[in-house]
Amino acid sequence: MTRTNDNAWLRRFAIITAASTLILICIGGVVTSKGVGMAVPDWPTTYGYNMFFFPFSKWVGGIFYEHTHRLVASGVGLLTTVLALWLFGRKARPLLRWLGICLLLGGIGAGLFLRVQDALVLGVVGVLSLCASFVWPSGEPAPPRLRRLGIIAFAAVVLQGVLGGLRVTEMKDEIGIFHATLAQLFLALTCVIALFLTRWWQNLAGQKLESVGKGWRLFFVSSTALVLAQLVLGATMRHQHAGLAVPDFPLAYGRIWPAMDAASVAQYNQHRFEATAHNPITAFQIGVHMAHRIVALAILITVGGAAWRTTWRLGMKNPLTRLSLAWFCLILVQAVLGAMTVLTNKAADIATAHVAVGALALVTGSFLSVISFRLSVPVGASSPAAHESAAMFSTPFATGGRVQ
Amino acid sequence: MKTHLLPLTALGLASCLQLSSAADITGKVVLKGTPKPEITIDMSSDPKCGALHSGPVTTRHYVAGPGGGLANVFVYIKSGAKPSASPPSDVPLLLDQVGCEYMPYVAGVQVNQKFKIKNSDPTLHNIHPLPTVNKEFNIAQAVKDQVNEKVFDKPEVMVKFKCDVHPWMFAYVGVLDHSYFAVTDKEGNYKISGLPNGKYTIEAYHVKTHGANPGVSQEITVDGDKKVDFTIELK
Repeated sequence: MTRTNDNAWLRRFAIITAASTLILICIGGVVTSKGVGMAVPDWPTTYGYNMFFFPFSKWVGGIFYEHTHRLVASGVGLLTTVLALWLFGRKARPLLRWLGICLLLGGIGAGLFLRVQDALVLGVVGVLSLCASFVWPSGEPAPPRLRRLGIIAFAAVVLQGVLGGLRVTEMKDEIGIFHATLAQLFLALTCVIALFLTRWWQNLAGQKLESVGKGWRLFFVSSTALVLAQLVLGATMRHQHAGLAVPDFPLAYGRIWPAMDAASVAQYNQHRFEATAHNPITAFQIGVHMAHRIVALAILITVGGAAWRTTWRLGMKNPLTRLSLAWFCLILVQAVLGAMTVLTNKAADIATAHVAVGALALVTGSFLSVISFRLSVPVGASSPAAHESAAMFSTPFATGGRVQ
Repeated sequence: MKTHLLPLTALGLASCLQLSSAADITGKVVLKGTPKPEITIDMSSDPKCGALHSGPVTTRHYVAGPGGGLANVFVYIKSGAKPSASPPSDVPLLLDQVGCEYMPYVAGVQVNQKFKIKNSDPTLHNIHPLPTVNKEFNIAQAVKDQVNEKVFDKPEVMVKFKCDVHPWMFAYVGVLDHSYFAVTDKEGNYKISGLPNGKYTIEAYHVKTHGANPGVSQEITVDGDKKVDFTIELK
């Protein structure tokens, strides 16, 4: 029996996937804030156990955070896989069936040559996949571009898992920076997929809104890129594992710009007392920290400008205006959290909140970017380019049929 | 009998000469200035660690005795000493994890000298040194009394060891291609034995004070036992 085009459950599932990704980023933030990213030296096992069978009694110290991070990451990987399959509708069933068979065979092989733990995990997932493939997914596939986004999300979450593992096995801080950055981009992607599945997005085409010029698209994309650059700077700072490079705010070592010569840096390290095994501060780290503050100021001005300009030019009814105002509020909160991170000597909860709000700032910028693209198609336009653009940003669910 | 006496005497004389040309360098390292108070360590993230201590545990950044003698200073011959022609000592250094702390806090080994890392605690640890020249590793010690043996093959002053499960745990090991090094005791005293006569640079390096910068050095000429004191100043 073919299901109707009511995809409310798919919508909800996409939102759950995005929300779970945000939670995962928070947990990952705690791992880095507490400096316990290497507390589990092996991967994909955990102290030699299959990660799903690691005894709870051994979840001590840093292991608790790192192991929780891995488990939640596995959950997000599963949710993303399900979402990607669901977007393909009934077409995904043969793929799911083959996946189930391969996992079952893998489980049998693991039982013969590896361990019972591994065989159980693979076997259970295989059986569930196989059984599900006879009844799910049902319904029409999403538009091709949305399905592609699902595939990209799946590839990204697999890559993210591998990067996380390599960061541990190769002991490279640089991989940690990529891992952190990709996490933010992945969150933005899952949120955009969820956005495209909402009724609000589907109804956007029917609203009589003034189209916006290409300048707005460029503005929002550039601003979002600036936020991404700031997140990369932040990830670079955090993965130096040197704690706070500058311990005071708004000044830096009592000055507007701190001394960064070797003697001054040596003095900073002499007088810095930490209870954890932080690396010594270097001039490079101080430089990155100051760059982070400067870019924060630039973002505050840019996003503030966006909020003002959209209010003045587009009016309060335009979604770009309301979202720009929300973006500005978010950036204000982020600025306060940034200051508090310094003033609380990088308290783990404050630093993690700073990471989470940074992620939400990127998501909001991404939303503004895609909405500005959608609204740059004039209402009632009849050119082929206009139809192509409209198709990119619409779903079949509102129209009740497939979109090619 | 007479034919054996001559070579034996010569051998004895040569040994005496060898011993008399090897000197002991002793001295004291004193801290000048008042450091910040040590920080109390919160071990609540692993109850088994807290249970191993009856009182508060603090960091060990500046361990100074009543007379100002500074402990945990790595004193070593920085230049002038030839790399050891003989193999490194058979007696391995033992880096132990006791009460969720590394013991000792500062130590020294020779290049290619084996050192043992032991878990004497009833909880998990991981051993994660962060060398810049030698090869990094990260190994799990999940069981009490587990011992792993490792070697560093390049000189490096100092290699930081940490435990990622218990972020407050860290220690430092200096790796040298000779055996002329020591670590100051609680009173700030040290002794380097068996240094041949000659000209050397001797350095006192304190991790917290000097960090990435060189320690305090002195040029010395060794022609017998010598006393070399150092003052480490907080700025």
